[in-house]
Amino acid sequence: MQLTDLTMLELARKLASGEVSSVEATRASLERIARVDPQVRAFLRVDAEGALAAAEASDARRKAGTPASALDGVPVGLKDLFLTEGVETTAGSRVLEGFVPPFDATVVRLLKEAGLPLLGKLNLDEFAMGSSNESSAYFPTHNPWDLTRTPGGSSGGSAAAVAAREVFGALGTDTGGSIRQPAAFTNTVGLKPTYGRVSRYGVIAYASSLDQPGPMTRTVGDAAALLQLLARHDPLDSTSAAVETPDYSAGLEEGVRGLRLGVPREYFAEGMDSEVEASVRAALREYERLGATLVDVSLPHTRHALATYYLIAPAEASSNLARYDGIRYGLRAKDARGLKELYSQTRERGFGPEAKRRIMLGTYALSAGYYDAYYLRAQKVRTLIREDFLRVFRDVDALLTPASPVPPFKLGEKVDDPLSMYLMDVYTLPCNLAGVPGLSVPCGFTKAGLPVGLQVLGRPFEEALLLRVARAFEREHDYSRRFAPLPAQGA
Amino acid sequence: MPVSDFQPVIGLEVHAQLLTQSKIFCGCSTAFGAEPNLHTCPVCLGMPGVLPVLNQRVVEFAVLTGLALGCEVRSRSVWSRKNYFYPDLPKGYQITQYDLPICEHGRLTIDTPRGEKVIRVRRIHMEEDAGKNVHDASEGQSLVDLNRAGVPLLEIVSDPDLRDADEAVEYLKALRDVLVYLGVNDGNLEEGSFRCDANVSVMPRGSDTFGQRCELKNLNSFRFVKQAIEYEIARQVDVIESGGKVAQETRLWDTNKGVTRSMRSKEDAHDYRYFPEPDLPPLLVTTATIESMGQRLPELPRPKLQRFVQQYGLPAYDARTLTAERPLADFFDVCAAKYPDAKKLSNWFLGELLRLLKEEAMPVSALRFTPERLAELLTAVDAGTLSNNAGKDVLGEMFRTGKAPADIIAEKGLAQVSDTGAIEAVVDDILARNAGEVEKYRAGKKQVFGFFVGQVMRAMKGKGNPTLVNELLKKKLGD
Repeated sequence: MQLTDLTMLELARKLASGEVSSVEATRASLERIARVDPQVRAFLRVDAEGALAAAEASDARRKAGTPASALDGVPVGLKDLFLTEGVETTAGSRVLEGFVPPFDATVVRLLKEAGLPLLGKLNLDEFAMGSSNESSAYFPTHNPWDLTRTPGGSSGGSAAAVAAREVFGALGTDTGGSIRQPAAFTNTVGLKPTYGRVSRYGVIAYASSLDQPGPMTRTVGDAAALLQLLARHDPLDSTSAAVETPDYSAGLEEGVRGLRLGVPREYFAEGMDSEVEASVRAALREYERLGATLVDVSLPHTRHALATYYLIAPAEASSNLARYDGIRYGLRAKDARGLKELYSQTRERGFGPEAKRRIMLGTYALSAGYYDAYYLRAQKVRTLIREDFLRVFRDVDALLTPASPVPPFKLGEKVDDPLSMYLMDVYTLPCNLAGVPGLSVPCGFTKAGLPVGLQVLGRPFEEALLLRVARAFEREHDYSRRFAPLPAQGA
Repeated sequence: MPVSDFQPVIGLEVHAQLLTQSKIFCGCSTAFGAEPNLHTCPVCLGMPGVLPVLNQRVVEFAVLTGLALGCEVRSRSVWSRKNYFYPDLPKGYQITQYDLPICEHGRLTIDTPRGEKVIRVRRIHMEEDAGKNVHDASEGQSLVDLNRAGVPLLEIVSDPDLRDADEAVEYLKALRDVLVYLGVNDGNLEEGSFRCDANVSVMPRGSDTFGQRCELKNLNSFRFVKQAIEYEIARQVDVIESGGKVAQETRLWDTNKGVTRSMRSKEDAHDYRYFPEPDLPPLLVTTATIESMGQRLPELPRPKLQRFVQQYGLPAYDARTLTAERPLADFFDVCAAKYPDAKKLSNWFLGELLRLLKEEAMPVSALRFTPERLAELLTAVDAGTLSNNAGKDVLGEMFRTGKAPADIIAEKGLAQVSDTGAIEAVVDDILARNAGEVEKYRAGKKQVFGFFVGQVMRAMKGKGNPTLVNELLKKKLGD
C-alpha cells in the first residue's frame, strides 16, 4: 500500500492522527507524478514549491491542533482553467501561453484557505472545448487504463491524474459533460453541481450559462468532502446561488431504499455501445435489489439537446473569447502591421481549430438575420429541456443514465470527425442546459478492461441526494479500489 | 426647392456619465484625470475568468432619471452584450441593455419661439463606458487608457421629435439641467461626461415620411451641436436638390473645417451580435425602490423656474439665472425665507454674488457663509446701518473669510453715521472752510454740490449716511 493509493478521506484521517504528514503526502504525490506523468501527461505544470510550502503550513496547523478544514493538507490538482495567482494559467491554449494571473479564482482561494496543497495545473481541451483532451494546444493526455486511449474531456487531465493517483483529488469544470465523461472514462467520480452552486469567478469562461466547476475524486465520499469546501455563495459571481450549503457527507450512507429512480428512455438510444449498455443495465438492477423503485420516464426534448447546446455554447464562447486580442495579455502577434492584422494574426496563431470552429459557429448563430432562428430558438428549446427535467423530478427523486454512450476511444480516432466527437456528450449535456446537478460514478468495466460510468441526475441543489444514490452503488462494489495499471507493475 | 421647403427631423442620443464613486461592474474609482490605467482592476481590464457585479447606485440613478423624465420603469430589464473589437473595449463586448431597457416612454418639455413643446424620450438604458485610445503619431503607436472603461453611463434616446438645431440645443440644455439637478451627471460636454449623437434627416415640408438619416458624432459643445446639425441639414438638402440620395451613414463633425464628413457607411456598420449577458441575471426593480426614488426626486428645473416667477414675482430672466443651478436656487430659497424683498435679493445675487463666484471660479457649494448671513447683511443695509456700497464690501469680506456681517461691520467700523447732529457739525465745518465755493454755488454754479458731498464723506471716512448728507447740505446752502 502506497501513500498515493489512499483516498482523500483516508489521508485526512491519517493527517489528523499524525500518522502521516502533509509534506510526506505531497512528496509522495510529486514522486508519483515524476514517475507516471511522462506516460499519462496529465500535468501542464507542476508547482512543487508551492505545494510543499502549503503542506508545511498545513502540518504546522495540524500540530497546533488548528486544522483549517477536514481536508487540510490533502494535495489536489487543478484543471488549468482555474486562475492561480502567480502560477501560469493557459486554458490549454497558445493564446494564454505565459499568462500569470494576478489573483486566485474563488474556488482556488477556498481550497487554499482550507489548507489543501495545490500540486499544479492539469491538461484540458483548449478552453474546455472538447471531449478527448486532444484539442489541448500542448499535448493530449493519456488514459491511465489504456495509454493508447483518451481519458475524455475536457477535464481529461484532472480525471487522468486522479485515476493515476498522481493527485488525491482534482477540480474540473463541466459545460456539457466535461467532468462526468472523463470520470466515466477513468473509473473515477465526477460531480457537476447545480448551476450557481459553485462560484465561476476566476474560472476561464467557455460558455457562461453552462459552465460549472466541480470535484473529481476516486470515491463518492471524497467528492462530498471536496464539494463541501467549494459550495459557497460568492458575491463576486452574480449567478452564484445564495443557497445554504448542507452537510454533503451526513446522509451519504442512507441507501436508496424507498427512493424512486427514473430511467429516461431517451438515454438508452441506438448508437450506445452494447457493453456500456450491459454495465448500466446491470447497475439499474442493482438499484432495484437495493430497494429503489425504477420508473420508466421520458424527457421528450432530449433529442434536441445536442443541437441546442451547439448553438448556445458556441454563441457564448464566441463572445467570451473576444478578449484574447493581443492587446493586454497573452499572445501578441509580433510582426503585425496595424490593428486588424494584430487581431487576426494573434487569433489565427493563438487559437486551435476547435476553438476557431466554435467561435465561427457562435458568431454565425448570433448574427443579424440568424439570431431569431438559431440563438433565440435554442434558448426556447433550452427552457423546454429544463421543464422536462423539472416535470419528471416531481415523480422521481433522481435519474439513472449512462454517462457516455461509448467506452474510452482511441487517441486520434475522432480528431478529424467533430460531429462524432460532439455526440460523445449526448447524455451529459442536457443536464447543463437544464442547470441541474449530475454525477458520474464507476459502474464496471468492458471486457477489454475499459471503465464505464453511471450518471445520476437530480433536482437543483440536491447534490447530497445524488451523492447518496451513487454511494449506495459504490459500496456494493470494489471499483473504487481498482487501480489503473500504471506504471507497469515492478517498473 | 430652397432649404425652407424641407422639414428637418432630429433625434438625439445622449450618453451621460453617472456620478457614482465606483465603476458599474467593479470597485474601481471613477475619478477623472488620474494617471493612465491607475483606476483599473482585473474586472475592468477584462482578464480571463472575471465576472461583473452590478453597482446598485447605477440602478438608483437610472430610476431617478427615469422618474424625472416621466418614464415607465421596467420591473424586469435585461443586460446584453454588444460585441465588437476595439482596443479600448477590454472584453471585446460592452455590457449594455438592448431590447429590454430599464426606462421607456418619457418626455421632456422645452421652450421654443412657438411656445412649449414636449419631446418624447424613447428609452433610457444603463451601460459601461469604454476606455480611451491615445494616438501618438510621432512614435507611430497607439496607447490605451482604461481608467474610463467601466464608468457607468446612461444612454438617453429621444424620439425624432425635434425640428431644428435650436430645438435640439434646447432639448440638450433642458436634459442636462435635469441630470445635473438630480446629481447624477456633471453636465460637462467638453470633458465628455455628457455626450451627444444626433440623428438628422430631412423631408419635403408637408410629408410624413422621414428621409434617410445620418448619425452625427463628435458634438462636444452646444455650439457644435447647432453648427453640425445646421450644416448637415443644408448638406442633405443639397444632395436631394442635385438629384442625389442621402446615404445612411455615420458622419463626424470636423470642428476645424466646420463640416460633417463620412466616417462609416451602412455597409461598414458593425453587426453587434447582441445577446443577453449570461453573467448577470435580469435586473429586477421593485415597486419599493421606485417609490423610494420617487421620494428622493428633487424639484426639477422647469417647475422651479415657474415657482420662482410666481412665488417671488421675479422677472423670467432673474428666475432663469437663479434656477440655472440647483445649489444657487436652494441658496436663494433660504435667503428669501429670511428676507422679504425678493427682487432686491435677486439683484444682489445676479449682481454681486454671481460676480464674486465667477471671479473665483467657485461653485455655490463652496461658499463660506450661509444664506441666513446674506439675509442679515441685506437687512442691515435696509435699516441704514451701512450704505449700499459698504454692504458690497462686507459681502466681499464674507465671501473671502466667511465671517458674520455684524462682525465685519464692527471690525472695520463700517457702520453708517445716521446721527443728524454729527453730520450737521461736519457739514457746517466744511462750508465754513470753503466759503469761496459756497459763494460760487449760491451764484448758480450748482456743480459744486458734488464737491461738498465729497468733502463731507471724506471727513466722515465714507460712513455718513448719503441721504442725510445730501439733505443737510441742501438745507445749509439754502436750497
